[in-house]
Amino acid sequence: MNAGRGGVDLRSVAGKELSIDGHAQLLVIGAGPAGLAAALEGAGRGLSVMLVDENPVPFETMGESVPLHFGGRAGGVVRNRNAMMEAMLDSAPGLAAAFDLGVEVRLGTACWGLYANGTNLGWMPAPLAGLADEANGTYLVSFDRAIVATGRRDMGLAFPGWETPGVMGATAAVRLAARYGALEGRRAVVLGTTAEALLAALDLHAHGLAVAAVIEQAPAPVGPADLLEQVSAAGAALICSETVRAIESDLNGVTAVRTGTQTLPCDLVVLGVGAVPMVDLLDAAGCRLGFDAARSGYVPVLDGQARTSVAVIQAVGDCAGLWPSKSRNAGIAEAEARHAAACAAATLGMPGDAVAAPPAPGPAPYDLGAYRKDWVRASVIEAAGEPYVCQCEEVTAREILELRPPRYLDWNSADNRRRSLESLLGEGPPHPDQIKRLTRAGMGSCQGRRCREQIQALLALQAAVPLDAVPLAGYRAPVRPLPLKAAAPRNEAPAFGEQWDSWFGMPRQWVPFWDVEGEYTVAGLAVEKPHASE
Amino acid sequence: MPANDHAPSDTVRGAAVIVVGGGVTGLSAAWWLARAGVDVLVVEKGLVGWEASGRNGGGCSHHHSPLFAEEQRLWPLMDQLLGYPTEFQPNRVRIALNERQLALYSRAVVNARHQGFRIDELEARQVRDLVPLAGDNVFAGHYYHFGGHANPHRTVQAYAWALQDLGGRVLQHTAVTGFATEGGQVVAVETARGRLGCDHLVLAAGPQTGRLAEMLGVNLPLKVARAEMIVTEALPLMPLGGVDGNGLYGRQTLRGNLAYGGGPHEWVETEEMPGGPRPATPLMQNIAKRVAELLPLAGHARIIRSWAGLIENTPDGRPVIDRPEGWDNLTLATLSGVGFGLSPASGRAIQQLVTDGACSFADLSTLRLSRFARLEPDWAALQGWQSAAMAS
Repeated sequence: MNAGRGGVDLRSVAGKELSIDGHAQLLVIGAGPAGLAAALEGAGRGLSVMLVDENPVPFETMGESVPLHFGGRAGGVVRNRNAMMEAMLDSAPGLAAAFDLGVEVRLGTACWGLYANGTNLGWMPAPLAGLADEANGTYLVSFDRAIVATGRRDMGLAFPGWETPGVMGATAAVRLAARYGALEGRRAVVLGTTAEALLAALDLHAHGLAVAAVIEQAPAPVGPADLLEQVSAAGAALICSETVRAIESDLNGVTAVRTGTQTLPCDLVVLGVGAVPMVDLLDAAGCRLGFDAARSGYVPVLDGQARTSVAVIQAVGDCAGLWPSKSRNAGIAEAEARHAAACAAATLGMPGDAVAAPPAPGPAPYDLGAYRKDWVRASVIEAAGEPYVCQCEEVTAREILELRPPRYLDWNSADNRRRSLESLLGEGPPHPDQIKRLTRAGMGSCQGRRCREQIQALLALQAAVPLDAVPLAGYRAPVRPLPLKAAAPRNEAPAFGEQWDSWFGMPRQWVPFWDVEGEYTVAGLAVEKPHASE
Repeated sequence: MPANDHAPSDTVRGAAVIVVGGGVTGLSAAWWLARAGVDVLVVEKGLVGWEASGRNGGGCSHHHSPLFAEEQRLWPLMDQLLGYPTEFQPNRVRIALNERQLALYSRAVVNARHQGFRIDELEARQVRDLVPLAGDNVFAGHYYHFGGHANPHRTVQAYAWALQDLGGRVLQHTAVTGFATEGGQVVAVETARGRLGCDHLVLAAGPQTGRLAEMLGVNLPLKVARAEMIVTEALPLMPLGGVDGNGLYGRQTLRGNLAYGGGPHEWVETEEMPGGPRPATPLMQNIAKRVAELLPLAGHARIIRSWAGLIENTPDGRPVIDRPEGWDNLTLATLSGVGFGLSPASGRAIQQLVTDGACSFADLSTLRLSRFARLEPDWAALQGWQSAAMAS
């Protein structure tokens, strides 16, 4: 029987105990400047702190452009875990300080999900984080407060050949060059004149790369003038009103980019058209997000204590919003982190002085929504040869806008009925999640990291609405791909197996209709009937 | 507004039949009504197929149901009838990893054969021949020469478009706030977009159905639960995608992803929160464990998403498809959490209840609301159907 009468529903989650391997009062996700500052502040105030960071990510993961768009340009050294770990420790002296303060630092550890009880979820014993590392596999830890400091990634941008090795995100390029010395490339062409693109160009130059050119589709650059001067002084040509029309390549990847008017030899094409807050974990955790152009995209809605709508989860650093002055000065992210950690500590009853919140960004220096749409129009819509926007599922812009069923279905309706975005029955702009269900754009193994913002812009262009009118394509845990076998719980409580049913295990649900009573009462369940489980 | 097929909100008109609920059941019913020449309007609080209708296992093999024979007749025709792809694929292999599972699954054999459908018993070796991702742990299996699976997302959209092609209308983002009645008749549906007149009302609003019925004084006992699924990256296609067992429902999609669910559900209190969150939980791990057991050679396949859906359940878990006492022009429909696969047949049954007052192709007597006439008032507590907060 499934239901003890008057007791609990044995087939439900009631009484199922999750196996939890560790607890921290403060869990910090991401050990960049913001995450490190949060961990140090929290530990300094007496909290037990666990600091996890997925870097260095395994070579295979990098090869699939997770979490950043590495574009096949991670050098052989990234196969060497020890060397990578050393490079990471060398690049962030704060990590040693964190160890010294008693912070439990877990590098090479991805956080693939954050879970807290709330509306429609109430069975977990505590807020939980799903972690994974190569040595321990997949496991859960509990926490009182979590500070998410997952940083940023780069908006993808389709053009013919953008799947070629060497086309990569600006954040990924700088990560490989600056932290690991593992960027395989010598000569870069940068797309976009955002502050983040220009800073990446300067970083790459500082690490010995030549920056041949910075390409901008707009008639004039949008980034700060002083950065433009520095980039120019570093030898990069500024090419405006142009975009990449084609890639020349050999077996090793990119050898040149072609604009409408010239061919630029290079082995790296660095996408800097939009640095995007990395909100995957926050969205999957159910934190409310909103589009804020001054913060570069969808960001968590935060209260005065840096708390998201899920009160036990805070957000700091680039994942809470990035803007030119913040990109130029890590001190802002660090100040956000110290403020958030101090708030967390106070909430958890720790003494200590309050820390002032750093100032919010001023108005956006340029129309970020229009800028991203213009890039997508110039590069994707006007591209020859219809490049895939979603590389994983091989979906073109036209297929997205025409809601074409995926090619594997080989679908041809008898009367050639076509459906387009206009036919989605809705009012206002179409929802990217609806688009992805029909076209599969964004449903592949990179989990939409390279196509999400492009699709947002495509839909905004087609519906003739501002970029911020198009909802975010939702993220789901696990926000890092996890192998089935590795994802299995290490110590599953026996109750799961003893009471597992494919569906609800109700005593009458699957009784064949010719054998079921004419009347239903709970008391009537005293008569057992054989029923197939669905 | 752009991207809009509809007239401006101030001119939305009612219809001969208004269907409240743009899930798979309501859309199918509306499509069948439109096929029968009825002027029909679907009113949906959000987007069509956004809830459990679009996020289920896609199975089409409900041999316990009075609608089973019609379900089986219709699915192979649906792509053609709708004019849009559903990704329907026939047949199923169910794998038992131990004797206990085999005994449980064998009851399906009795049901199917009773209705003239064929199921073959399979030895472990035969299972492995049919299912390349299965492993040495197979105990035995069954091959269903019926049933199968379809793509829920694509199917709900297909219903909506096919409905439109026949002149039916769908009003999204429009919540129902009440009803206008005259005597034993529902004469209009009150919405945020105004009053929509109707000659007949169909309530097929999933978890909201009970609350809406109550506005008309009809007691439809329902409790809502949350259930979870996972999906992996795409793998090479197996000869047959409809493979489940080991306490799981689901399939390999035509794209190659493994999509499976099963295991414990959570009773939730959502009456006040339509459109609220549908959070998944670490149950993903427990489901993953069982998928890796069911298909060991896919143990390396990586999970790329997990999700949850909210499902309404009647006290016995069986549908209510009925025209309740006291109203001349009201039809109620809840499929009690098992609505996707049955939708071609349930929609047709609802259409016939509306247009003819009775279903011509199936005996719906076991789906009547009156079977709960003597249900204990505290039935939910007696069955343990309570949220964690309520139980403690």
